[in-house]
Amino acid sequence: MKTLDVRVWRGGAHGRYQGFQVPREESQTVLDVVTHIQRVQEPTLAYRFACRVGMCGSCAMTVNGVARWTCRTHVDLVAPDGRLEIAPLRNLPVIRDLVTDMREFFDKWARAKGRFQGRRTRREDFERVAPDSEARKQVDAAIECIGCAVCYSSCDVVAWNPDYLGPAALNRAWTLLRDVREAANPERLRAVAGDAGCHACHTQMGCSERCPKQISPTAGIAGLKRAAAAAALKGEL
Amino acid sequence: MNPALRARNHPGYWAFVVHRVSGVLLALYLPAHFWVLGLALHAPARLDAFLRWTDQPLVRFGEWGLVLLLAAHFTGGLRLLALEFLPWREWQKSLAALAAGVALAVALAFALAL
Amino acid sequence: MSARREALLWAAQRASAALLALCVVVHLATMIYAAHTGLSAAQILERTRGNAAWLGFYSVFLLAVVVHVPIGLRAVLSEWLGWRGASRDAVLAAFAAVLAWLGARAILGVFL
Repeated sequence: MKTLDVRVWRGGAHGRYQGFQVPREESQTVLDVVTHIQRVQEPTLAYRFACRVGMCGSCAMTVNGVARWTCRTHVDLVAPDGRLEIAPLRNLPVIRDLVTDMREFFDKWARAKGRFQGRRTRREDFERVAPDSEARKQVDAAIECIGCAVCYSSCDVVAWNPDYLGPAALNRAWTLLRDVREAANPERLRAVAGDAGCHACHTQMGCSERCPKQISPTAGIAGLKRAAAAAALKGEL
Repeated sequence: MNPALRARNHPGYWAFVVHRVSGVLLALYLPAHFWVLGLALHAPARLDAFLRWTDQPLVRFGEWGLVLLLAAHFTGGLRLLALEFLPWREWQKSLAALAAGVALAVALAFALAL
Repeated sequence: MSARREALLWAAQRASAALLALCVVVHLATMIYAAHTGLSAAQILERTRGNAAWLGFYSVFLLAVVVHVPIGLRAVLSEWLGWRGASRDAVLAAFAAVLAWLGARAILGVFL
């Protein structure tokens, strides 16, 4: 096959797919395809990218129905028949074409108290964190999130419940809940429990399935559920 | 493949669907089940007539379906308890397949017993 | 407030689930045994009537069901029907009461 049959979403929430014929190259990624279209065939196409090497998460899009990093998605892997359908990430408002409005994603991160708050000041010694403690191992398994929103786009509960904080925000809250240096954990647990929080997760595991960093937000959310129940039963929530 | 399914075609998702649908169907069945058994209390003749009706092949097939639903919901529930309470391991992602297998085995046991 | 309520509902759901896991194994085994042995309704009732052990077992089973089913339906109603808030919870509480009442009648009919 010398060319790819590519359909790309154009417009906002309402729009249509526009078709392109793109020359097929060796080791081509989906980002290469989108870049080719914008530079050679359709200069008005809007899309996001930055690092191109799988570190920033900016290029996340829906490729043949599945949320992926386009810079790390080889065409050979997802389009053996030479057909590609590229759309913006699901569950986020579309600004234009392949670009989504990420504000709600990060607002929920803030609402889940996804920000570190330490207890010590510069005048005190460092807090000791044992790297092979159970708590730190749990944090390490979830800490590499770069906020790409692939998990958020892969979750049906996010689609069904507009207030649901979502896997990324809850995962980050989990890493902070298990951080021995954290000062804000009682409020954090209150922020992430509830029907907009961890209790809305039904373990569909789309997040864990699709995370390009192999993080399992499902594991962290389960931890939040356990912590919330323990706190509630002790009258601390 | 149906566009709506492309992103959702993974074990955890199907486990969720089976668990939810079986739960809803069982929830609808239970009041009827309790009401029929309650006939034994004040209308034993009606209960007898009803139980004769359940000997029909179509009803027996329905009973088998109910056992399948219960087994499916039960094994899916065990999977959820494992995912939520046991320390996280990679094999926990495969629990959906195990749950499906056990549910079918139970249903088969019931079917063969008939 | 919502956080505490949701956490307690979650805990009740999982606790009742664990209890139901045991009850369902017994129930399914009993149903399979009854089907295998070819027991008639009269024969089953002969064994269950006046049996305090079965009465106790099914009472516990019913209690777990009455907790588990409405909490389970709660999520379905909010996510698939968009039904949230006090009216949904009130209807589910009523459903729980109906289940409890019908279940108690069934237990009395079969085991007393």
